[in-house]
Amino acid sequence: MKKRLLALSMAMIMVAGSLSACNKETETTSTSTGSTTETAATTDTTATGTTDNTATGTTDTTAVAASDEGSVLNIYVWNEEFKSRLEDHYPGYEKVDATTGKIGDVTVNFIITPTDDNAYQNNLDEALLKQANAAADDKVDIFLIEADYALKYVDTPYTMSVADLGISASELADQYKYTQDVMTDANGVLKGVSWQGCPAGLIYNRAIATEVLGTDDPAEVQKAVADWATFNETAVKVADAGYLMTATVNDSYRVYSNNVTSKWVDGTTINIDPNLVNWVNDSKAMVDAGQTTTAALWSDDWSKGFFEDAAQPVFCYFGPAWFFDFCMHGGEDTAIATNGGWAITEGPQGFFWGGTWIAAADGTDNPTLVADIMRTMTADDAVMKEIAEVDGDFVNNRSVVDELAADASFGDSILGGQNYLSVLASGADSIDLSNLSAYDQGCNEEFQGAMKNYFDGNATYDEALEQFYKAVEEKYPELSH
Amino acid sequence: MNKKNKSVVSYNKWGYIFLLPFLITFIVFQLIPLLSTIKNSFYEHYMSGLTEVGPNWVGIANYKKLFSDGDIWKYMENTMIMWIMGFVPQIVVSLLLAFWFSDPSMRLKGQRFFKTVIYMPNLIMASAFAMLFFTLFADSGPINSMLVSMGILKEPFKFMNSVTSVRVLVASMNFLMWFGNTTILLLAGMMGISSSLYEAAEVDGANSTQVFWRITMPLLRPILIYVMITSLIGGLQMFDVPQILTNGKGDPMRTSMTLIMFLNNHLYSKNYGMGGALSVFLFVVTGVLSFIIFKFSGNEDKYGKK
Repeated sequence: MKKRLLALSMAMIMVAGSLSACNKETETTSTSTGSTTETAATTDTTATGTTDNTATGTTDTTAVAASDEGSVLNIYVWNEEFKSRLEDHYPGYEKVDATTGKIGDVTVNFIITPTDDNAYQNNLDEALLKQANAAADDKVDIFLIEADYALKYVDTPYTMSVADLGISASELADQYKYTQDVMTDANGVLKGVSWQGCPAGLIYNRAIATEVLGTDDPAEVQKAVADWATFNETAVKVADAGYLMTATVNDSYRVYSNNVTSKWVDGTTINIDPNLVNWVNDSKAMVDAGQTTTAALWSDDWSKGFFEDAAQPVFCYFGPAWFFDFCMHGGEDTAIATNGGWAITEGPQGFFWGGTWIAAADGTDNPTLVADIMRTMTADDAVMKEIAEVDGDFVNNRSVVDELAADASFGDSILGGQNYLSVLASGADSIDLSNLSAYDQGCNEEFQGAMKNYFDGNATYDEALEQFYKAVEEKYPELSH
Repeated sequence: MNKKNKSVVSYNKWGYIFLLPFLITFIVFQLIPLLSTIKNSFYEHYMSGLTEVGPNWVGIANYKKLFSDGDIWKYMENTMIMWIMGFVPQIVVSLLLAFWFSDPSMRLKGQRFFKTVIYMPNLIMASAFAMLFFTLFADSGPINSMLVSMGILKEPFKFMNSVTSVRVLVASMNFLMWFGNTTILLLAGMMGISSSLYEAAEVDGANSTQVFWRITMPLLRPILIYVMITSLIGGLQMFDVPQILTNGKGDPMRTSMTLIMFLNNHLYSKNYGMGGALSVFLFVVTGVLSFIIFKFSGNEDKYGKK
């Protein structure tokens, strides 16, 4: 008897062992802390600690309301950006460790999944699909999204309407219109908000501008890159002097793709906009003339141009405000940015790049807190100004931007002290996003990938196009061409 | 329960009980997934954003789609070319090393050290290895700057732009990662050959080439077949190295895209139908190829047993 029991239990342990190995992954993602339900006693302390720069009324109600709502706030993100903004600027936020914090009694739990290989969305999708049956503490409360795939979430019932959270349109009136267009679903309902706008411009190397164009004054340089024809003429001059016009063809891609006149997908048919064909033709000519390369964005080859010891210095990059701090290696020994060697101008066409939107997941058990985070982080003038000054974000608030744009003392040392806000602000109002589709991310990615073969001379344009169709139809089986 | 049952039969039971863990894991993790894959391949079933499409019964539509554009043969060819490019040097070098290691007359010093060193690359994650190569062979990476500054090249060679160089890189990574493992396996096989046979050959005046081809190789055949079949199956499932090296694109123009990378493309939309059809195809191909190798390599009983 005993032996039999022993054998059976051994067998079960072995099976259980092999099963549990597969479970690990799911377990680690939900790291909710054990200490949860402490009640009203502690709310007083947080309420007093928070009153510096926001409307006191809102914070007080949050702390109270939060105590009878859920005790864990789960925030799905792909990097540290929003976490650090929340840590630095949300009143009453206490950092506990690398991925957790506390707001009053509520434990804030960041679930960080990198975007590589679509991991972030896969993880988020899984969580959202399980949302209805998840325990209150495991429910997704807030998740962040990017413009390229915003409609995938916005056009579903998984995101909550901002109005349902109690945030009125008048509170958000100062935000740039395009940031709301991105998050507006097919029925015109606003589903998310952002604290930053990402209108972008052409960031050029002052030394090369002086050498080739005879000036590094933004207004003068703008004349040399005012439209694509003059941009291409300037590229010839820059290349003659031994420099690259742009680091790679993918730098200018977003400028073209933001200025399309049709959507990527018409019904279920893939559609190539004429402006993207322009990008292909212009880029091919530039690659053949040695004015740019086909390296991938973010690759080492791409970022060489930020340094003084680059084999082939780069005249310009295209980027928004976050680009300065995030990409240009300011402060490093040989970085051009360290000595303020860059400047920004509008460039050939207005466009935006990036931006992070805060969306509330339907079924959240902390609606009041979620609403307050949205309100404080995206609509509070004082917090907005603080973010602009401390983090250098282009904040999503017209009055703050206009005020700072007029302020001569506001500037970025990477740009040699240039106040970039007026340059960018002029673009922010002109961005038109009526041609977004839910397939943008996959299409943009695969289009650039496939066309690289054409630029490199490994395929004709038609062959490259054929491969683009193939790759997109693999990603989105419902599409055809 | 009672004393009557304490017979031979109840001992058999123990055998089955001890088999149970294997059987259960096999059924849960191998058999059920296999059958459900086959079943999935006949359905249209994928995610469009957050909405689920299907499952709808579509018969053999997925298989038709898979074979109609002929791409699958291209990926199959890519996979086999890169596998053979890596496997041929791998088996040659491994045989040579194993022969030297096992030859008592060579008296190689520091055997243990070398065995460890050649096995080392296998301990590194394939993706890390591929990432390393990606950085080393980047357009402005260290290999290019070295070649240029030594005057071998005039300007950087774009390794990732040429079909041959990408394939060679993939093959050499696979070679580097696996030749140590193969050496150890072959070495074990060679050690198992009775030394009396070698002594007899020596007495008969055979030289080392004759010894290798007439004694070592025939007796090593079972191990060789094992190495070939496992390497073939591994080769057909080649994924991580080319995936990371080409960023999932299989560039240039998908000439380094393997079958599993193709399968991975379908996972973006969780396309169970197409993924299933492709997996079934792979299953059949693996089975057939293994069978062919097994048949052509002769019957192991002839040599393996006395």
